[in-house]
Amino acid sequence: MTEIGLGHYLTLGAVIFSIGVIGIFLNRKNIIVILMSIELILLAVNINLVSFSIYLGDLTGQVFTLFILTVAAAEAAIGLAIIVVYYRNAGTIRVEEIDKLKG
Amino acid sequence: MIAHAIFFYVFSIIAIISAIMVTASKNTVHSVFFLILDFISISCLFIMIGAEFLGMIMLIVYVGAVAVLFLFVVMMLNVAQQKNQWFNSEESSGHIPIGLIISTIIFFELIIVVGGWKYKPELSELSTTQASNEISNTHSLGQVLYTDYIHVFQISGMILLIAMIGAIVLTFRQRAGVKTQSYLKQISRERSEGVEVLDVPSNKGVKIDD
Repeated sequence: MTEIGLGHYLTLGAVIFSIGVIGIFLNRKNIIVILMSIELILLAVNINLVSFSIYLGDLTGQVFTLFILTVAAAEAAIGLAIIVVYYRNAGTIRVEEIDKLKG
Repeated sequence: MIAHAIFFYVFSIIAIISAIMVTASKNTVHSVFFLILDFISISCLFIMIGAEFLGMIMLIVYVGAVAVLFLFVVMMLNVAQQKNQWFNSEESSGHIPIGLIISTIIFFELIIVVGGWKYKPELSELSTTQASNEISNTHSLGQVLYTDYIHVFQISGMILLIAMIGAIVLTFRQRAGVKTQSYLKQISRERSEGVEVLDVPSNKGVKIDD
């Protein structure tokens, strides 16, 4: 219990990943919270990569965490731009009212 | 070692609670604040286990840029007054139980994998990018990043450039009826289309109609 190993970090990553997935499924509010849940999922992946990298003594995991950080920033910028454009056209970003594609 | 355990549990409990509050809070602005708290505690964990550079980069990129971008968009779109309706909205709430079931299945699968997993003992000899104890984390990361992964690094720079162009193109709006200066039109103006020399007969004057 007092010895913090790789399993503790992986469990923390699993918990945050599941919270992100639950946030995507259960969201009834607006799309911005869904984007934040995607950020949480990417954060959980980063936790896993960094903890593997530290406990295996291999730097590749930290390098790939940097690239995931890049992709997450790009994804947040593009996603928020899409949300702004959609709000300008439709006047709402509530999840229930976004049904233009009839899916 | 006991201090390490105490700090790990403190930071991870803060991270988990704030992650729950991101998805569960009624106000979107509060969600962004809890997202910032989550990123800060995770970057504290990164600094604690020895990935100092990534912890600092997480602080700069996520807290300094991404979360502030979220806050900016939330304030711009005026969504703060929309109330949370998880279980009391009648229409299209049929996927909530299935979503809960799938999320818990994902969680238990991940836990099972963590519990039953072990790596081969000779795995750490196979890696080509060993972390060394003599130089700092940032130094060794830079030595790997700019040599072995230089092409991936440049591709990620291209991704950022394309994301910037895409965000600008998506949100760019050409308004009708806005008077602006056209430099090209001003520079390319010729003398012949601006000035006309007329031969004026005396006592007749010049007709100005256009």
